[in-house]
Amino acid sequence: MTAISLRSVPLTAIFGIVVIAAFALTGIFANLLAPYGETQIVGMEFEPWGGDFVLGTDSLGRDMLSRLIYGARNSIGIALATTIIAFVVGAALGLLAAVLGGWIDQALSRFVDLMIAIPGLVFALLLLSIFGTSIPMLILIISVLELTRVFRLARAVAMDIVVMDYVEAARLRGEGLWWLVRREILPNIMAPLVAEFGLRFCFVFLAISALSFLGLGIQPPTADWGSMVRDNAMMITFGDITPLLPAACIALLTVSINFVVDWMLHRASGLKD
Amino acid sequence: MSDTLLTIRDLKIEGRQGDRWQPIIKGVNLELKRGEVLGLIGESGAGKSTLGLAAMGYTRDGTRISGGSVLFDGLDLLSLSERRRRRLRGKRIAYVAQSAAANFNPAHRLIDQTVEAPAAIHRMMGRSAAEQEAIELYAALRLPNPDEIGFRYPHQVSGGQLQRAMTAMAMACKPDLIIFDEPTTALDVTTQIEVLSAIRTAVQEIGTAAIYITHDLAVVAQMADRIKILLRGDEVEEQETRAMLAAPKEEYSRSLWAVRSFTSEERPAPEAATPVLRVRDVTAEYVPGTPVLQDVSFDIHAGRTVAVVGESGSGKSTTARVITGLLPQVRGTVELDGQALPPRLPDRSKDQLRQVQMIYQSADTALNPKQTIREIIGRPARFYLGLTGRALEAKVRELLEAIELDPDTFIDRLPGALSGGQKQRIGIARALAAEPKFIICDEVTSALDQLVAEGILRLLKRLQDERDLAYMFITHDLATVKAIADHVVVMQQGRVVEQAPKSEMFTPPHHPYTELLLSSVPEMDPDWLDRTIRARRKG
Repeated sequence: MTAISLRSVPLTAIFGIVVIAAFALTGIFANLLAPYGETQIVGMEFEPWGGDFVLGTDSLGRDMLSRLIYGARNSIGIALATTIIAFVVGAALGLLAAVLGGWIDQALSRFVDLMIAIPGLVFALLLLSIFGTSIPMLILIISVLELTRVFRLARAVAMDIVVMDYVEAARLRGEGLWWLVRREILPNIMAPLVAEFGLRFCFVFLAISALSFLGLGIQPPTADWGSMVRDNAMMITFGDITPLLPAACIALLTVSINFVVDWMLHRASGLKD
Repeated sequence: MSDTLLTIRDLKIEGRQGDRWQPIIKGVNLELKRGEVLGLIGESGAGKSTLGLAAMGYTRDGTRISGGSVLFDGLDLLSLSERRRRRLRGKRIAYVAQSAAANFNPAHRLIDQTVEAPAAIHRMMGRSAAEQEAIELYAALRLPNPDEIGFRYPHQVSGGQLQRAMTAMAMACKPDLIIFDEPTTALDVTTQIEVLSAIRTAVQEIGTAAIYITHDLAVVAQMADRIKILLRGDEVEEQETRAMLAAPKEEYSRSLWAVRSFTSEERPAPEAATPVLRVRDVTAEYVPGTPVLQDVSFDIHAGRTVAVVGESGSGKSTTARVITGLLPQVRGTVELDGQALPPRLPDRSKDQLRQVQMIYQSADTALNPKQTIREIIGRPARFYLGLTGRALEAKVRELLEAIELDPDTFIDRLPGALSGGQKQRIGIARALAAEPKFIICDEVTSALDQLVAEGILRLLKRLQDERDLAYMFITHDLATVKAIADHVVVMQQGRVVEQAPKSEMFTPPHHPYTELLLSSVPEMDPDWLDRTIRARRKG
């Protein structure tokens, strides 16, 4: 693979990388950056922008800016953990199905078909109402739902590689399953998997925001962009755009990730311009 | 109406590589009279196809014409509008591609696609008149059941029939010029001869001019009035076919002729020695009850090469799958050094696996594109011989030297940075790294240019002499068999129809199928096709 020169990276991708890095740093250093505590009530309800509170206060009198900064940590962190679990487990199962084939492939694939047959959001709502809405449970349920998509993708792209002569050569050499998956197949399917990771992360993020908005995601008083939109939604009626700020953060991050993913997909597919 | 149909003057074509434009065709002149057939030959990358397409005023994506002119019957194709060029294509200039299977739409019947140009696009005649003409063309191209075959779908006819149907499609508008781009390269020799003779007769009958692109000299000798040789976008020389065959002027042309000269002395099998590999009465099947191999038996001795020949579907590669353990046989045995090999791959010991290695046809799919040469060659040495660190590095370097590649240049490269011939050499080194006794070579030279292929054959021969290796050489190319084999096994429909030492195999009397195979290999003589076809009609 050739080294990436900075000049060959499109502007959109650079924009995306900068925004993602900014959000990540904000999340990591939230307690240093935020002027007030995450759940600290610092003033009156719905105070306007400016003065002590740059972006005003929310329905309980908590500082909006601090909530946004802590929200970056919570929302992004939870979405990232969920996506990573979904990818590690989903890709591993997909690769196993592709390499081993036979009844293992059948069993896994039919189970995944079964899961996909049920609408995701409805299924998530159902499971969350049964098992409760703790954060570990939220991560577990969303990642199980998302890993079905990862499984299908990983299985499909691995199938194309499994039939290659170099995989046959490795089998004839007597290589074990781990070598086949780790050294022969995985390096050749990384590009689509990484690109999918970016997209999946967006979907997970939106799913969690949607659940929070519905009251079944991240629970108060934890700051989270999805529930912040819901909690302050009534301010819209007074012509105040504050509740749109967390929504804008969600949109900005999603767009940025897609810029980067587009660029990576482009490189993976070998297109030149 | 002038006598000259196509004039290409100082044509230059460039292709884009990253941000830069590299020349593909570097100023080629070409002249073609009405009804004349010009053979265009050269190695891959010589620019044959690019030139052929440019004769239609067409360039592929990522290429551009940077200079020169293409005059077709007085029309300057390069300055014509795309709309007017399109009106010419199919009607007055037609194109026959290498892979008919990839160029037919699988969702439509053959006749629908044959009449599309005359009836629907260029509106030269009504649908039923066009169908009638299509059926006549099928007959002219000697397709079986011409009245009925057009009403089949592409997957319902054989590869050779599809190639002829594509030629019929090109001829449907009675064009002035047809470009044939390697139309028989993907076919078996026995099919190739039929397609060649059908194309030639039909071209003569409708009096069209043609540019016939191929890398096979013997084929072009049958088809062309004149031959033009290209090398890396430059013209090497052009002459009348007979004059060219008798006395090529340029050094490069002569080297093309000399390629088929490599032959090895046949060595008889050693008496009373245990063969390295013994295949005994092997029967194998993919679907229970329908055997794809039946009672296959042959021996391979140390330091000897057994060539397994036959058409596609004859069971050559299936035999290799049985020997390697990918397809366990239902009856019979495979013995290595007198010891029966377990039929199933997982039941074989590491040492048994090490002794049997394989080299593949397509080096592109045989080497993992994400592993460096060091990893590809080093892995078998590490896996079987337990080499690590310095010893492993030394082994990889020694192997690279054995396959005549400079270790310092190549050891850290990825396969993508190698040429076809170099990749195939890496495939050989990977097989050697296991220090095997027996190597299966599955069509190892058929994807390569003749000069490169000869280099590979010489290398394999040298390695065999140095290391006393036994080879099983799967091929459909009898020139390769002549070059390298000691013993020949002829297969047809999963059975061995004849096997004998090479010298016996190439002297009559032959088994009828061997006779058919041998007589179908094109010879450099321009009269070969006529003679062979005449002999077959009589017989």
